Amino acid sequence: MGRSKFILGGLFILAAVVYLIFSSTQQSAEYFMTVDELKTKGSQVIDKSLRLSGAVIGDSIQYDPQTLTLTFEVANVPGDNAEIEAQGGLAEVLRAAVADPTRARVTVVYVGPKPDLLRSEAQAIMTGHLGTDGIFYAEELLLKCPTKYEEAVPEQVTGN
Amino acid sequence: MLAEFGYGILVVTFLLSLYSAGAAMVGYFNKSAALVESARRSVLLTFPLLSVAALALIALLVRGDYQVQFVYEVTSNSMPTYLKVTAWWGGQAGSLLFWSWLMSAFASLVTLRKWERDQEFLPWVIVVAGVTLAFFLMLNILFENPFARLYQTLDGDIAAYTFAPASSTPILPSDGRGLNPLLRHPGMVIHPPMLYLGFVSFVIPFAFAIAALVTGRTDDRWIRLTRRWTLWAWLFLSFGLVLGGRWAYDVLGWGGYWGWDPVEISSFMPWLTATAFLHSVMIQEKRGMLKQWNMVLIILTYALVIFGTFLTRSGVLSSVHAFAQSAIGPSFFIFIGVTFITSIGLLIYRWADLRAEAEMKSMLSREALFLLNNLLFMSVLVVCFWGVIFPLISELFTGQKVTVGPPFYERANAPLFAALMLLMGVAPLSAWGHSTVQTLGRALWKPVIAALAITALAFVTYTRNVIALIGFFLVALVILVTLYEFWRGARARQRTQGENFFTALARLIGKNRRRYGGYIIHISMMLMAIGILGIELFQTQTQGTLQVNQSLELQGYKLVYKDIASWDNPGANVNYTRAVVEVYKNDQLLTELHPRTDYYFESQQNMTIPGVRSTLTDDVYLLLVDWEPASAAGATFKVFVNPLVNWLWIGCIAFLFGVIIAAWPDKDLQPVTVRSARTAHQASAAD
Repeated sequence: MGRSKFILGGLFILAAVVYLIFSSTQQSAEYFMTVDELKTKGSQVIDKSLRLSGAVIGDSIQYDPQTLTLTFEVANVPGDNAEIEAQGGLAEVLRAAVADPTRARVTVVYVGPKPDLLRSEAQAIMTGHLGTDGIFYAEELLLKCPTKYEEAVPEQVTGN
Repeated sequence: MLAEFGYGILVVTFLLSLYSAGAAMVGYFNKSAALVESARRSVLLTFPLLSVAALALIALLVRGDYQVQFVYEVTSNSMPTYLKVTAWWGGQAGSLLFWSWLMSAFASLVTLRKWERDQEFLPWVIVVAGVTLAFFLMLNILFENPFARLYQTLDGDIAAYTFAPASSTPILPSDGRGLNPLLRHPGMVIHPPMLYLGFVSFVIPFAFAIAALVTGRTDDRWIRLTRRWTLWAWLFLSFGLVLGGRWAYDVLGWGGYWGWDPVEISSFMPWLTATAFLHSVMIQEKRGMLKQWNMVLIILTYALVIFGTFLTRSGVLSSVHAFAQSAIGPSFFIFIGVTFITSIGLLIYRWADLRAEAEMKSMLSREALFLLNNLLFMSVLVVCFWGVIFPLISELFTGQKVTVGPPFYERANAPLFAALMLLMGVAPLSAWGHSTVQTLGRALWKPVIAALAITALAFVTYTRNVIALIGFFLVALVILVTLYEFWRGARARQRTQGENFFTALARLIGKNRRRYGGYIIHISMMLMAIGILGIELFQTQTQGTLQVNQSLELQGYKLVYKDIASWDNPGANVNYTRAVVEVYKNDQLLTELHPRTDYYFESQQNMTIPGVRSTLTDDVYLLLVDWEPASAAGATFKVFVNPLVNWLWIGCIAFLFGVIIAAWPDKDLQPVTVRSARTAHQASAAD
């Protein structure tokens, strides 16, 4: 008797935790996508919560400080780390993505302060959804600049 | 020359730490005290050696020897000297060396203690410390050499090499890239070393646990030996986490302090197991139960500490913290796997020896509530772990990478945190061995009614938000119960000893440091909870573009834009743009805020520094978002009002205070420990 009530209590907690985890996962799952995948899936993913990653096209950045509306384009970068490594690392992949006009691109709209790290060849990781107009509406915008942190080889050093 | 010298020292120290582990192991099996002593001395030698290596690196950093790749990446001419020194842990290679250096310091400290009756633990503590140290040094030597230098080979490639490749020319940049401006903040200068102090110091209790498992001395001696150590480790880890939050609040300019980023979580996870461990060792000491469980917890903590270092350093998960991809991932994976499996193997081998000495009977007894507390901490851990690895799992099984964001953690953890708070309120009133609903109810009803009264007051005056009201009720309950415990103890002393109340209170705390230090920590957690409830549930924000003398209004505050100015600081290579904004409430001028944007020329990066007015009721947090450079007339601001958030930081100070009380070494401790250990033995023998 003494043991069984502890086991019962433990099972109850376990069930509660499993329920919490699964229901919360379902509610807040964000599908990680590349621009390519977004383009191919298209209408299937409209209004789903998505996490999109892409390379920022510097020339396309527009900011309206009156409405705090930020518009820019991102170009496709591979979602897979191994693939990125195979193509020469993140910095190289981002540079190539921006330089190549044939890559799939998508327009992103974000309302809020213009992030400090937003610039050409930054990697943008955006959470939001795809509108019926084909524009990605980002609610959250995260930027990574590989050149800002560490990089294996410096770009502009001159031997002397 | 200095670079090769530093690298050479790393290699020598690596070999030395391998030798110490090997010699200690052989010495243990062959019962050779001389060999163990030799291992001990080798450990002692690693610290001065690594200190010299660290000094070499610091000299290179301060001197600005940019041929060294690491120096090139993390410093620049314009950085002040203190930042050049702290750039030591500003990049991967350096921070790994920092890890090793701390490891050697702690290992030396431990081997210097008087071992006497615990002589049999010594070799195995050395083995664990030596193997861990060797692993981290190996990472430096093979993959992330902080002393590697830049060369251009004949085919024109520029890369870093440990030794100059054949027919290459050294590359000597005239200036470095400089530390990321975001990291040039006092919080960021202290946050990584604090976190690392916490991480590394948990290796020591783990080493003792392994020593206990190997030697078969599986009583609670290893726990008593490392109790204080564990508390300090926990303090550093906690402070590392909090400082990270403070840095985010001050520098990242999103009005928050914690984003459930995988890297944040990876340093939070060992904190969870460590906190559970701190609680459950008390059950082992008092009741001789949960021995196997404590082993599981310390093994998990060690694995999570290494895993945390790995996540922060390998870039395996996408995160704002993930600075670089690197080759060290597989090594970490193998090391964690091997140490984890070995530890668990040892635990299974000793499983029968670690049986509980008593059985848990009452579900409301103190020990049962402690167990529940542990289960809740483990549940939070599972939630966090699930969130971190979910993208990997979903990709494995469905081919689709799915991530979960902060809402997942908040939703899944909130009920668990609430349950933990409820426990904090109830457990101090329950008795060891046996408690019933009646006994507990008798102790609880007064604080519950008082807490309900406070909640009703909050309902009338502050908020109708149900979650907030539940939170405030729990906070009030815990604080009242805890204060009642202080009051009750001091009153009892006052009666029996005839002391005045404050003397009685001070002596009560002094004689039961761990218990009352722990209670202060509980109160500090509640203060933090007030801050977290405030910012999570009541944060409001607005934004707008203003001309001079125009204003924004939020939560009764009126912010009037007065002026903006921009100037260069050529010495630091920075341009500052600073706005002046007056804050009014009820037409009364409260203060002037100066939100700022710093532009770093060399890294072409902006840094947004908020202007903050902090009070006990709320923070006005103002960001300068954008401005018109030509006219200097229009500027865009974003403003947050973060209610109660200051209590988060006040709670941290109370927390520090509580841990120091609980962990402060006292002179009369040794005889007390011995006596209680002996009585515990007698008690178990009598059973």
